[in-house]
Amino acid sequence: MATDSRQKPDGQRGANRARSVMGDQARSYLGHHRKVARDSMQRLWASPVASAMTWAVMGVALALPVALLLLLSSLQGVSAGWESTARITAYLDLDLPLSDARNVAREIGADGRVMTVQLVERDQALEEFRASSGLNEALDFLEENPLPHTLLVTPEDGARSADGVQALVTFVEKLRGVDQVQVDLGWLQRLNAMTDILARAVWALALLLGGAVILVIGNTVRLAIESRRDEILVAKLVGGTDAFVRRPFLYTGAWFGLGGGIVAWLLIQISLWWLSGPIERLAGLYRSEFTLQGPGVDGALALIIVAMLLGWLGAWVAVKRHLDDIEPGDIAGG
Amino acid sequence: MIEFRQVTKRYDSDHTALRHVNFHLDRGELAFLTGHSGAGKSTLLKLVMVMERPTAGEVIVGGQKLNSLPRRQIPYIRRHIGVVFQNHQLLFDRTVFDNVAMPLEVMGASPEDTGRRVRAALDKVGLLSKEKMNPMQLSGGEQQRVGIARAVVNKPPVLLADEPTGNLDPELSADIMHLFTQFSQVGVTVLVATHDIALIHAMNRRTLTLNQGELVAGGGVSGH
Repeated sequence: MATDSRQKPDGQRGANRARSVMGDQARSYLGHHRKVARDSMQRLWASPVASAMTWAVMGVALALPVALLLLLSSLQGVSAGWESTARITAYLDLDLPLSDARNVAREIGADGRVMTVQLVERDQALEEFRASSGLNEALDFLEENPLPHTLLVTPEDGARSADGVQALVTFVEKLRGVDQVQVDLGWLQRLNAMTDILARAVWALALLLGGAVILVIGNTVRLAIESRRDEILVAKLVGGTDAFVRRPFLYTGAWFGLGGGIVAWLLIQISLWWLSGPIERLAGLYRSEFTLQGPGVDGALALIIVAMLLGWLGAWVAVKRHLDDIEPGDIAGG
Repeated sequence: MIEFRQVTKRYDSDHTALRHVNFHLDRGELAFLTGHSGAGKSTLLKLVMVMERPTAGEVIVGGQKLNSLPRRQIPYIRRHIGVVFQNHQLLFDRTVFDNVAMPLEVMGASPEDTGRRVRAALDKVGLLSKEKMNPMQLSGGEQQRVGIARAVVNKPPVLLADEPTGNLDPELSADIMHLFTQFSQVGVTVLVATHDIALIHAMNRRTLTLNQGELVAGGGVSGH
């Protein structure tokens, strides 16, 4: 017979029987998953308009929070960039001799968190002030130089966060001979506070819209369950487990998620392309290096995976609510 | 194979569908279940399939007590019970082959195994040549035979039939009864619910008769 050629010799078959039964089961299980996945995808293609509408709804609901998150991370990049200009100004005691001032400068420079220390001697400072302020004559009336020696401290990259700079300020303040330390962190903290608020608002929005996506998919899958009622009944009658009956609908949810994720990614890319010109011009006016970052490959993958998970979750909610109601109790009439 | 011990089924209202029903069907036995409409035939079949649970008493199928069966075990019991319905319960969105393959699909049978067993079942009911057709294209008798093929494709030890000949002419009914007889001869326990008295007389087999939920005949030792 034709089938004989495919069979292995008898001895070999006997030895491998137990393993091959396990292997067969695993293969047929995977094969079933493949078949169900393909079948539920084909069902979505079979009604392209309805599927596209669901994908569009999901895409819009996902694109909005993701776009805001991208904007947020771009803003955080900006504030990180501005932090790099953070510089600490330490005013030394007025009567501190220049040699002691040099010692303080060396001490600060020896700290690991400090990149450079620049000592501005009081005479030099007065000259600069005289040149820049235009109070030349008024300053002549002063009997002595009112300006102290000043140290300009630039922190290392690692210490440029708001907290790092604050720690450095505390350290410098405690040094002998240091009168006063100034650092303009206020605006940085305000910007950080604002981005924090924005971040929370965006996450809240993302949660709400994620919930909306779950509900939309749940409702769509509920309709799919209703339209396949007979099939579910028969599957349950012939001994289909709950997992077996649920599987096609869970795949349907995941495919809705896949489509929704792709639509969301497209919407984001189109918006980025559309906005990039004006944003570049605006950033140029502020001499800022601000650019709107796209999601990148990783981000796009994460977006699509999250979308598929949301779709799966929505389907699961619907399946949990409606599939258990379908019991073949009234099928045997009479 | 199928055993009822003092089984009572009461629905929420005062309606009592079955009262203290006792009987025992052996392996390979073919029996009829009869009675007027509403006498409890369907309820009895539903108890065997665990579509319903008894109010009192015990239902035992294949040595397994169904009363204490957890809900998630029900599918595995149903895989051992083939069922044939009066209205066939065929799916018209797939071929005859795919309809018959459903019990194998839920068990996770391999495609080769499925193909072999589905064709064997279709061959048994004489419909091998129509495997690629849609059940809608078939006659009533043929549809019923597809339903039978589906019920026996995974070789269950128990076969239940609810009015399997309800819409068929006597000749087709006899064909189907002949099939059931053949299954019982290879060890399948067959229980056929019907009120086709002529058929029952022609077959001359054990007959369980229900009246107002009580088993009034055929409940004794098997073979009587």
